[in-house]
Amino acid sequence: MKNSKLLILITAMVFIFLIGPFIMIFLTSFSSDAIMRFPPKGFTMSWYAKALNIQMFRTTFWVSLQTGLLATATAMLLGVPVAYANIRFNYRGKGTLELLFSSPAIVPGMVIGFALLRFFVYVSNIPIVIGLYLGHTAILFPYTVRVVSASLRNFEGDIEQAAISLGSTPLHAFFAVVLPNIRSGLVAAFILAFITSFNNVPVSLFLTGPGVATLPIQMLSYMEYYYDPTISALSSIIIVLTVIVVQSAEKLLGISKYV
Amino acid sequence: MAFIELKDIDAGYEKGKPILKNFHLSVEQGELVSLLGPSGCGKTTTLRTIAGFIMAEKGSVTIGGKDYTNVPPNKRNIGLVFQNYALFPHLSVFDNVAYGLRRRKVSKPEIAKRVADVLHLVSLKGYEDRLPAQLSGGQRQRVALARSIVIEPELLLLDEPLSNLDAKLRDEMRAELSRLQHQLGITMIYVTHDQIEAMSLSSRIIVMNEGLIEQSGPPEDIYEYPATPFVARFVGFDNRIDGTLTRLESKSVHVDVQGVEFISTRPSPNLSKQDEGKSVSLYFRPDDTQIGVEPGKNAFEVTIDFSNYQGNTTQYAMHLGSHALRAVVPGKPIADGTDRTVFSIPPDKVIAEKGVR
Repeated sequence: MKNSKLLILITAMVFIFLIGPFIMIFLTSFSSDAIMRFPPKGFTMSWYAKALNIQMFRTTFWVSLQTGLLATATAMLLGVPVAYANIRFNYRGKGTLELLFSSPAIVPGMVIGFALLRFFVYVSNIPIVIGLYLGHTAILFPYTVRVVSASLRNFEGDIEQAAISLGSTPLHAFFAVVLPNIRSGLVAAFILAFITSFNNVPVSLFLTGPGVATLPIQMLSYMEYYYDPTISALSSIIIVLTVIVVQSAEKLLGISKYV
Repeated sequence: MAFIELKDIDAGYEKGKPILKNFHLSVEQGELVSLLGPSGCGKTTTLRTIAGFIMAEKGSVTIGGKDYTNVPPNKRNIGLVFQNYALFPHLSVFDNVAYGLRRRKVSKPEIAKRVADVLHLVSLKGYEDRLPAQLSGGQRQRVALARSIVIEPELLLLDEPLSNLDAKLRDEMRAELSRLQHQLGITMIYVTHDQIEAMSLSSRIIVMNEGLIEQSGPPEDIYEYPATPFVARFVGFDNRIDGTLTRLESKSVHVDVQGVEFISTRPSPNLSKQDEGKSVSLYFRPDDTQIGVEPGKNAFEVTIDFSNYQGNTTQYAMHLGSHALRAVVPGKPIADGTDRTVFSIPPDKVIAEKGVR
């Protein structure tokens, strides 16, 4: 009994630490106070109106959305075949290659950001938007490989061989039999990768520049000048959108087992 | 030339580490052959080599007179049935069965007709729209079977198709497979580690061990006249006694085991007059052993290590010299306190085979 009380306490604390900040942000976003402060005073929706009306937020939201979608799509196109090859085949140097593929998830974002900055901007002189897109693709790739691998591991190879014995080429069997059955894994990989891109700060920080910023970077620089609840309102919008997307994907496809 | 010929095959999952070495196999058209053996004996490797999922490093695969050695699996027209059914989870029963026909560009009305026919054949009419997840294990395996025979394959390969089913279903499916084989006359190669399954289904059993064929023959031969110590053990001749061949006659053989004379009326065809004076091994089943009355021919005094009362029968563990033996005898254990007693074995229940050395 003593143990279970301790367990409840620890669980409660974990929840407070995880959910607490969100609740704070959510509450302050309705505060009529001009400074972000807790506990909030009064009630107003005006910060939401302001957040949605600031042109830079709108522009950078589109930059984030486009970068996220394009980079995720590219990372998926690269990640699915790599995951498939790693699950189905044995080849020399497989372990090394797997480590290399996952390195962007292990190396700190600041380091990747700086390295990409050197490479894209100083050496290759690539336009900022393209550099941003390529940088995000690189950091999303290991996520797609990992999540798709997990769902492929649950899929029996015999099913594919059955399709081949019935006359499918290996490529046809992949599209006709493998892909439809790892659909939830693919959606999970897509959502996880997209959210990772959309939230990314360290890599974006290095790869954005004059005139081009992502939403999180824009929010950071806004906070340097104004400390009003606009950011709280914007953050609340993003949180609610994320919850809706993840919840509906979970309801439809049960993606949580792959993440 | 046989319908299926594997010649000088080296094959395995890793290059340079073949599981099958210099492997030969021939199967006649219409045969139902079982590959029987413990896991790791190479039976599944053989099946996969025939199906084309393992490409042989060396040797040739011929089916129906055509060289298939380098033909990819999707061009072989071989039906495959897996232990775990391997149905397409996202497709209905109808679409699962129709899969192979669609790949063969068969016309729509023709597909509808052939799928209906084959579902009738495996008694699954009315299940067309179900998904595999909505079927029982036995029904799934019948769908898998229907899916593999609807393409009219040249031969059907079955990889432990019944081992995921419970005992009652297994009996039913075994009967069904037998019926299908007679009805369709299709050549089948059946992989199993279950002796009873192999015995009851096959026209020929091939016992495999460590990538080699130990013995090949009709079920009766395998069961009654195992040719190697491995096969003997595998079909339940658990007891082995080594002795010296003293006299070989046309239908009997005399063996001296530590001064006791044994007679076997089942000498192996491998034995010849030249083996007289050499070592031979005698094999017999635990349940053929009897409690003897007095020492004499085929009777031997043993030390009982322990007895285990099982109701109808009693199981004894004992030893004769250095040989550990087992016996299963009807009735209660012999009186307590005796650790030495006489057992005997009827001459027609003992196999004599060349000695193992």
